[in-house]
Amino acid sequence: MIKLHHFHGGIHPPDYKSQSTQSAIAQAPLFSEIVIPFHQHAGETAKPIVQVGDHVLKGQMIGMPDGFISSAVHASTSGTIAAIGLRPVAHPSGLPNLCATLIPDGKEQWCQLEPVDYRNHSQAELQQLLRMAGVVGLGGATFPSDIKLRIGKQQVNTLILNAAECEPYITCDDMLMRERADEIVQGAEMLRIMVDAEQVLIAIEDNKPEAIAAMQVAVTMSGVSFEVVPIPSIYPGGSAKQLILILTGLEVPSGKLPTDVGVQSFNVATTYSVYRAFAHGEPLLSRIVTVSGNVLHAKNYEALIGTPMNELVALSETLPDSNGYIMGGPMMGLPLPDIHVPVVKATNCVIATSDKLFPPPPPALPCIRCTRCVEVCPAELQPQDLYWFAKSRELGKAQSFSLFDCIECGACSYVCPSHIPLVQYYRFAKSEIHAREKEKKAADLARERHEFRQLRIEREKQEKAEKLAAKAKAAQSLKPAKTDNEVITKSEV
Amino acid sequence: MFYSPFISKPDSVAQIMLKVLLALIPGIALYVWYFGPAILVSITLASLTALTTETLMLKLRNRPVMAFLKDNSALLTAWLLALSIPPLAPWWLVVVGTAFAIVIAKHLYGGLGNNLFNPAMIGYAVLIISFPAQMTSWIAPHGLGQVELIFLEQINYIFLGELPPDVALDAITMATPLDTMKTHLHLEQHVNQILDMPIYGRLAGQGSELVSLGFLLGGLYLLLTRIISWHIPVAYLGTLLITAGIFHLLDPDHYVAPMFHWFSGAAMIGAFFILTDPVSSPTTSKGKLIFATGAGLITYLIRTFGGFPDGTAFATLLMNICVPLIVLYTQPPVFGKKTKGADKSKVQS
Repeated sequence: MIKLHHFHGGIHPPDYKSQSTQSAIAQAPLFSEIVIPFHQHAGETAKPIVQVGDHVLKGQMIGMPDGFISSAVHASTSGTIAAIGLRPVAHPSGLPNLCATLIPDGKEQWCQLEPVDYRNHSQAELQQLLRMAGVVGLGGATFPSDIKLRIGKQQVNTLILNAAECEPYITCDDMLMRERADEIVQGAEMLRIMVDAEQVLIAIEDNKPEAIAAMQVAVTMSGVSFEVVPIPSIYPGGSAKQLILILTGLEVPSGKLPTDVGVQSFNVATTYSVYRAFAHGEPLLSRIVTVSGNVLHAKNYEALIGTPMNELVALSETLPDSNGYIMGGPMMGLPLPDIHVPVVKATNCVIATSDKLFPPPPPALPCIRCTRCVEVCPAELQPQDLYWFAKSRELGKAQSFSLFDCIECGACSYVCPSHIPLVQYYRFAKSEIHAREKEKKAADLARERHEFRQLRIEREKQEKAEKLAAKAKAAQSLKPAKTDNEVITKSEV
Repeated sequence: MFYSPFISKPDSVAQIMLKVLLALIPGIALYVWYFGPAILVSITLASLTALTTETLMLKLRNRPVMAFLKDNSALLTAWLLALSIPPLAPWWLVVVGTAFAIVIAKHLYGGLGNNLFNPAMIGYAVLIISFPAQMTSWIAPHGLGQVELIFLEQINYIFLGELPPDVALDAITMATPLDTMKTHLHLEQHVNQILDMPIYGRLAGQGSELVSLGFLLGGLYLLLTRIISWHIPVAYLGTLLITAGIFHLLDPDHYVAPMFHWFSGAAMIGAFFILTDPVSSPTTSKGKLIFATGAGLITYLIRTFGGFPDGTAFATLLMNICVPLIVLYTQPPVFGKKTKGADKSKVQS
């Protein structure tokens, strides 16, 4: 057993997980319309490579990765592309995004799949395969996995499978581990080889004993020397840098990557997708989604990417007093103003809300500097000072008090006795700083251009003058007698 | 629709303040036991004044009255101030002190959460400077005065200033144990001689030492319920202990033992209830230690060498001034900025 470490702070919110783990993962049916956004990952939007009217097969690529950080997008079932255009999606901005609307033909006709033996391919080839299979982090950040595998000359000693799943309500990773532990372990071995790690740690919060047991069995059966590590259930123990600290005692320096301390981590569901991509040649077409909260049957579904979220929650029968939906967990999730959006790679959970389950917060009182937020902050910040600076728009000070080390986990807001929406203030301050930097860059560019133009005009003037002088000189030395002519030339100029 | 996080711990400022009020009860109960129920009159008077002035100020400042009135913070200021005023003080003394605390020290600074100074201690400072005579005639504890007033007579004196015909004011009041110690030391008496006087008990003043013990008990409750952290009480009482200990060891005849300081005056209520006011004390752990150590030193210096009998109030106010500076220079390292190679962008003023 490895020795566990503690990160500063953290909270113990009630976990509400048992509701959705009573039954096995259910297969969500095929609905009459599938909407596939081209931007489901961190980085650049994938470039559409199909046209309206095209018939596509299940697994066929419809969006080509475009740019270094990007990932492919595929048709999750066979059918016809009915439209390509802007559709509402689940995004903090609330703006619609480029999507392909696919009308399934119901045949589930696969395209040609090409399983690969990961042992016979180079690192670069495997990374390219994952990029083309659209494999991205399924823990919520949806960072393209191939980028995380490009570790260059860095040495990765420890590979971490992140199965902490520390947010309340969410159980998709828990259920995946209970039911598909073998595939996850095989995926982990593939990742281990790709980063050439010596040690593999599978971190699971101790509130998931069934998943821990299932993973232990799978590890033993497959004969690998991975270690399943039950970690204390404390939010946000699943945050990458906090998890690395728990398992290794190493603190990833601010602004650096886990690979800088010889660690890389992947979510278990991502690991499962890596396995599917190599062993079956399957791109990422579906994911497990927890539907919970104010519903009759809280449950996990395996849903195709693009499944209408309203249809998916309808399967669990939303209760009549529901008043909204959250995508993700109650700590960091996104409120959905409109449930008519597609399930995307980031959709780990959909929670139906009601006033009873999520009472609106009482009006905020002033901060009394009780420092409960300091006690729980996993980034060891001074949330009350950041709040003060954000509120008074002292953005420089907020930055010097490490605003950008805030991981927006929401622990401070959770404990605040004045009910101040602290994280909102930090998000606001961060976006203001970004906006100002952008403005400053634009202004700098404009100034540079202006200065260059001035310089050019000046230089041209000078060159002209020099040319003239040279010409005059030449004329003088060549035709010293023809002074009249010279005068005419000068006046002409 | 609101934003994440969508859940929060069922806790509120009102509950925190209520727990602090509750924690004062053992001390108040012992106060009543030894000094009679007059203190309850001052507490009630201060509470009513606080709630009235708070309402008035909230209205003037266009703030929602009910939301703030329910936060219990004005009540806490009132109770702490009432406990530092002599119980038999005239009614207007309590009213003036409380009104000053709420109107000037709290609301003119921006109300809840924005006051630089501890409002109760501002109220106390104003009173002791403006009305020293009324502020230093304390009621004698049970069994020590020549005469004891019954409750009705006490009320009569507080509101009308009338004593029963055959009773002189000197017969029912006396200087505090701290004051007595100081006066008699000036008269070249030795500590042990002074402690033999009837107003002294086992550790400090007869009766008042047990009131301090009551506040210590309440303080431990605040520590256990994590309303306050250990830093301020430990550093404050520790500094008093060490400073008083050093002087006492060097010259026991002229410097009284540390336990006398702990259980006299406002040391206990100061350590657990006044200095720990979150609004006017530092937010960093290191800052809390510096703040309370400074307050401990100043308290001892004022008590021993200064012109006032007790020093907790002025020590609190003087250290309140330093809080922004202390906080700025005691910023703890942030996650990921402790190790080498990390971006050590320093906190600037």
